[in-house]
Amino acid sequence: MSDTAIERSLAHPAPRPTEGRRGWTEYARTLRWQILPFIVPVLLFSLWLAGSSFGWIAPQVLPAPHLVLETLLDLARSGDLWSNTWISLSRVLVGFAGGTALGLLLGSSLGMSRTLESYVLPSFNALVQIPVLGWLPFLLLLVGIGEPLKYLLIGQAALVPVTLSTLQGFRQAPAAYYEVADVFRYSRWQLITEVVFPAALPTIATGVRLAFTKAWLALVVVELVASSQGLGYLIVYGRQLFQLDLVMAAVIVVGAIGYVIDRLLNALEARLTRGARRAFRAF
Amino acid sequence: MAHAADFELTPPAIDADRAGHTKPTRTPTSTSTSTSTSTAPRRWRGAVLPLLALAVWWGVSATDISRSGLLVSPQQVVHTGIEQIASGALWRALSASLARELTGFALGTAGGLVLGGLLGFSRLAERVLGPSFNTFKQISLFAWIPLISVWFGLGDAAKVVFLSLAALLPVVAHVSDGIRNVSPELLEVARVYRYTRWQVVVRVVLPAALPSVFTGIYLALIYSWLATLGAEYLLVAGSGIGNMLIDGSEQFRMDLVLFGIVVIGIVGWALNASARLLERRLFAHRSR
Repeated sequence: MSDTAIERSLAHPAPRPTEGRRGWTEYARTLRWQILPFIVPVLLFSLWLAGSSFGWIAPQVLPAPHLVLETLLDLARSGDLWSNTWISLSRVLVGFAGGTALGLLLGSSLGMSRTLESYVLPSFNALVQIPVLGWLPFLLLLVGIGEPLKYLLIGQAALVPVTLSTLQGFRQAPAAYYEVADVFRYSRWQLITEVVFPAALPTIATGVRLAFTKAWLALVVVELVASSQGLGYLIVYGRQLFQLDLVMAAVIVVGAIGYVIDRLLNALEARLTRGARRAFRAF
Repeated sequence: MAHAADFELTPPAIDADRAGHTKPTRTPTSTSTSTSTSTAPRRWRGAVLPLLALAVWWGVSATDISRSGLLVSPQQVVHTGIEQIASGALWRALSASLARELTGFALGTAGGLVLGGLLGFSRLAERVLGPSFNTFKQISLFAWIPLISVWFGLGDAAKVVFLSLAALLPVVAHVSDGIRNVSPELLEVARVYRYTRWQVVVRVVLPAALPSVFTGIYLALIYSWLATLGAEYLLVAGSGIGNMLIDGSEQFRMDLVLFGIVVIGIVGWALNASARLLERRLFAHRSR
């Protein structure tokens, strides 16, 4: 451990190009710093490429990159990719929206009333101990293998983090805000919409983002276990036919969509959080 | 649910616990009056809903409102439970699941500590490996199962690989975060005292990063339990508590499924509680 982060932060903070004084060595250093993250992916990819083209790896174990790409293009051309992606997305959106709405409602009502909280929260906490996957066989028996199963599981996956973060956000509002609201003789409704909710917004936003990642994960799981359509099903289907190129193509699409939506929510969260902070300065 | 992509929020169980037990930051008149007038002790209130649900369930299953075979009575679930325990089937399934869970957890945590430490201490390693790691953890963990099953089969090896992966991700994320977020003031103090690099690591960085490290390990425990279920659903060879549930579902035995859910809940709770107890012991000397 010759160059530890601590060492660096003690000696010279971050190797950042200093404005104004930009010699060639400085440029070379910046360039090297920029290239570093690509070393591992490029290395892995070239190993994969070399392995498959020289026949070190059997295609049944790891198909060649161009094969995966071809399959992906084939899927896109035939329309299978779009129809399955659309099915998966609509499932996750319905479940996520339902779960988030219910979670906001439940979390805020628990947050506003300690009496309700003392009745409901222990049961809620007990049910939370059972992961979504535990409910799957139960719901499978109860509602069958159709769309409601997917909506329920995805909704439940989203409900839990939204409820808990909303509750936490409501509880975290500083006592001073309540005092100010008291002075202005705010009604209960005003208290919620103008004081508590804005104060809780950053925490809720984090919860909603977490809820989406969980909903997306639940979608993949439920499609892997019990589905005949969707991206998760494509993965299972490819696995059954031993078409690993199909499996990998579907995994790539699942990863890409999850990543893009997570980025979007992250940006939204940042914006909401900033807005909320600005609002507080008005107090 | 475990998702590798996001470890920023503390897990639900902790949140719920803290949200429930933190001292109120205020005492609004409306709610404080409602609590003071109620005579029922708060401890018992939580039992109202479950008892009510149980009573309704009991009542509905006792009458002939529904003739669905899926509507099993509470007695039947208890009976199935006793049967499963007496025949040893539960113990076999549970021990198989827990053994895998703990193996995967141990391997994943050990790997995660090393990798997370590397990413936390070395800026170079962080730059080289960090982006790849972050991209990797974005991909839904369960999507790897079909590939893992091709590479490692359907047996214990594949499951343990998957569980280790599930445990590895949160540990890496939290250990590296914990190390990198050590406050600069602490490092300045260390410099004033002319600590050697080793002393800085052992006396300053590691103690400061410990809570975050513990959160990572805690999450790893929860996630690997979740992944155990997922692995047993998807890699169906062998026995385990997940197989028990899937079997119950395939045989339309609601009593078995419900009993399995209760067992899963209890195990999850026990893992949670023991981790929290350990945390409290470890950090008892710290003022929160």
